[in-house]
Amino acid sequence: MSSCCECELAAASSPVGALPGPDTPGVVEAVETCGAVDGPGIRYVVFTKGCPLRCQYCHNPETQGPAIGDQKTAAEVLKDVARYKAFLKRGGLTVSGGEPLLQPDFVHAVMRGAKELGLHTALDTSGFLGARASDELLDVTDLVLLDIKSGVAETYKEVTGVRLAPTLDFARRLSDRGNKMWIRFVLVPGLTDGEDNIESVARFVATLDHVDRVEVLPFHKMGENKYEKAEKGYNLADTETPTDEEIERARAIFARHGVEAL
Amino acid sequence: MRDFIQQNYTPYEGRDDFLVGPTKRTERLWEQLLELLEQEKAAGGVLDADTKVVGKVDSHGAGYINQDLEQIVGLQTDAPLKRAMLPYGGLRIAAKALQAHGREMDPETVKIFQKHRKTHNDGVFDGYTDDIRAARSAGIVTGLPDGYGRGRIIGDYRRVALYGVDRLIADKKSVLVETQNEPFSEKWLRQREETNDQIRALEALKRMASAYGFDISGPARNGREAVQWTYFSYLGAVKEQNGAAMSFGRTVTFFDVYFERDIAEGTITEEEIQEIIDHLVMKMRIVRFIRTADYDELFSGDPTWVTESIGGMGEDGRTLVTKSSFRILHTLYNLGPAPEPNLTVLWADAMPKGFKDFCAKVSIETSSIQYENDDLMRPYWGDDYGIACCVSAMRIGKQMQFFGARANLAKALLYAINGGRDEKSGKQIAPAMEAFTGDYLDYADVVERFDKMMDWLAETYVKALNIIHYMHDRYCPEHLMMALHDKDILRTMACGIAGLSVVTDSLSAIKNAKVKVIRNEEGLAVDYEVEGDYPAYGNNNDEADGIATGLVEQFMNKLRKQPTYRDSVPTQSILTITSNVVYGKKTGPTPDGRKANEPFAPGANPMHGRDSEGAVASMASVAKLPYEQSQDGISYTFSIIPRALGRTDEDRVDNMVDLLDGYFTAGGHHININVFARRTLRDAMEHPEKYPQLTVRVSGYAVNFVKLTREQQIDLINRTFHGSF
Repeated sequence: MSSCCECELAAASSPVGALPGPDTPGVVEAVETCGAVDGPGIRYVVFTKGCPLRCQYCHNPETQGPAIGDQKTAAEVLKDVARYKAFLKRGGLTVSGGEPLLQPDFVHAVMRGAKELGLHTALDTSGFLGARASDELLDVTDLVLLDIKSGVAETYKEVTGVRLAPTLDFARRLSDRGNKMWIRFVLVPGLTDGEDNIESVARFVATLDHVDRVEVLPFHKMGENKYEKAEKGYNLADTETPTDEEIERARAIFARHGVEAL
Repeated sequence: MRDFIQQNYTPYEGRDDFLVGPTKRTERLWEQLLELLEQEKAAGGVLDADTKVVGKVDSHGAGYINQDLEQIVGLQTDAPLKRAMLPYGGLRIAAKALQAHGREMDPETVKIFQKHRKTHNDGVFDGYTDDIRAARSAGIVTGLPDGYGRGRIIGDYRRVALYGVDRLIADKKSVLVETQNEPFSEKWLRQREETNDQIRALEALKRMASAYGFDISGPARNGREAVQWTYFSYLGAVKEQNGAAMSFGRTVTFFDVYFERDIAEGTITEEEIQEIIDHLVMKMRIVRFIRTADYDELFSGDPTWVTESIGGMGEDGRTLVTKSSFRILHTLYNLGPAPEPNLTVLWADAMPKGFKDFCAKVSIETSSIQYENDDLMRPYWGDDYGIACCVSAMRIGKQMQFFGARANLAKALLYAINGGRDEKSGKQIAPAMEAFTGDYLDYADVVERFDKMMDWLAETYVKALNIIHYMHDRYCPEHLMMALHDKDILRTMACGIAGLSVVTDSLSAIKNAKVKVIRNEEGLAVDYEVEGDYPAYGNNNDEADGIATGLVEQFMNKLRKQPTYRDSVPTQSILTITSNVVYGKKTGPTPDGRKANEPFAPGANPMHGRDSEGAVASMASVAKLPYEQSQDGISYTFSIIPRALGRTDEDRVDNMVDLLDGYFTAGGHHININVFARRTLRDAMEHPEKYPQLTVRVSGYAVNFVKLTREQQIDLINRTFHGSF
């Protein structure tokens, strides 16, 4: 299998305009070979390092900050991905983070290579750096998992530390280009669960095309121990995971706008 | 038998929408049985036990749960959940098992056995050498079937339904006639004696069935009879033998032939067929043996491995999935989840989607199925093999195995470092060799010592097995089960190893990190300090996984060199059942950083928490282990929380199918699937009364979680759960 993959990669390294090639380096924090919730099917998930957001509920705080660390080339990543093709028939590759678009060339090279391997590709992003995603990158991205934390600029800023507008612009661009999307909304009690806040997201999502799925993701504290490791303060130590009723309530708000949320 | 199935069965490629719920009768009978099961638990595990009558095929008259409701009849003794007394394996052991549950064996029976009847256990200890005894008590070989029935033999119970008993007896008699002029040899004479014993067992089987009002001398005439005849012959086997694993075979597609004909003739409805299957399964759920406390610790949860193999593909490319394959899995809904029968799906890439989806759904909802790779096994065993116990494939009626428990490779590694002395007791167990004296373990040196130690281990271990099986054949033979085999069969000597991931990681640590030896005052290496990182088995890392595959092949080659009883062919399994906990307790700290007494990983699993790249990487590592070198099976237990398997029910089913397809395409042999949250298990530990039917797959079988020892419950909770934190 690996020799086959190498020859495919060799073919990909022939110059194609100015597109990033397989030797494009990037910084990867970790991989998960059994992603089952980040796109359709079983996913090989690459978590890139670095993120400009400071989401209070981030469960990968170790990826925050600049994309600094040991570099890997796209080809190295793809060589490993190729070993799992048997598992990824219906699934594929998801690039998550951190914020992948902090390293757009690397992501682009990985996505192109994955397409050449015959894999479905997904990009898991906050959309804040959507402007850095070239049309060529979006052409080799089968699905964008777009995380919209809020439709209210002030709330968005409070939750993430950055501006909302770039995310909405990116969503609109994807909608206009015809890129398939899954919209994800993380329900954090006391932070994002205000009715107005949920309304604002639902109202916006209702205006988008090509949205295949909307997910209300309940906040969980999976990342808490990582904050200790990273010696970062964790604001949500007292926040509980939302109850089933609270999740249902959020879904009902989406439903009012004609959006069926899972 | 195979021809009959191939020429008459109807493959089913549809979905599960034809299935029906339980009948009123089923519901009432199951309620009654649940009450008895509650009473059994309240009584400390054993509801009732015979202390006087020695169990035989026809030792007891008819027994019923509720005769008016039961559509399939037959109990091991004269009352449900009353355990039979089977002292041929060992008088002392049978007496101890009764004592463990507050009972005394009838003094008359004790006297008769003491005076007039030698048992398997007596014979074994006549044969054991000093080396074997030492190895046994140190725990470098453990769980040997020298004090309990070996099991893992599957009679072709279907033959009774297809041919009727008279035809089988006639066939055995003709063997006697045909071979009577052959020249004398011990083999020849043994075959004559065994054949006559088998004929008597078949006659006893007829008598047993007639006590229930059935004449099984002729073939079954319809589906109901086919199931009842087959069950009677299985029942005869479990009345006479308390084998560790008493597996059922591969029966449902055979039954389906009859059911399809009944449907075509308009003599049966779907409700009636499901009722028959539900009632058969209730019987399979209450097979019981009485065991000693030691045994219960080794094989926790009172398992009997009533394994039924389901599905797969035929050699002609048609699927062997029938409607009845669905029906038997559907019992997990009609009766709720349960550890027995040990439902084993033979997974093949080309199996119909409807069945794959249904299996995945049932796994996700009940955690009660195990899967084995039909595409991998079919070239070895054809398309009418079944699984004995957990992972051992055998051609049904044409092959048997001499079950061999397992050798503790992790301990062997420590012996290699300590020159054959036990790291816990300091006793010289293996022949004295020069101990390693440096401060830091040297890879090449350890590998060389370990190779020599494995030579000794293989020799001692197989010699013990030869003694055990010679004596088992002699003093505790399985006449009825062997009556349901061909005259000439393939025998395998099914050895096994425990501690594969511990040894692999230890060698990887020695090679890639620095491992410092800590010695006690007597110079015995009693602990290890690992300095630096090393690639661990379970991350699809070729170097670490290569150590594991190399070990499997290396030990197998040593086993192949040993002389074996009755021309049996050596094989091995990588399977621990729940004994990974006991092995761990008997093994000191290991160079991988594992502490003293910590459990090993079960079967071929990577060590807990060391597989850090996710479940698929872990599966890919296990899938590399070579089946060719481990033909008795490679067990892998996989636990995942529902949330990590997908967002919707549909996603979870699709993803489960993809995981199974991927794992088996990559060459994996066996997988147990558990889907539940760790907190569910914690809650069940604290409130067992809330979870009477919570079923958990462990290495090669399933157990009622609430029946496990607390230690094993904790071990299970600590194991790598994919997707949880």
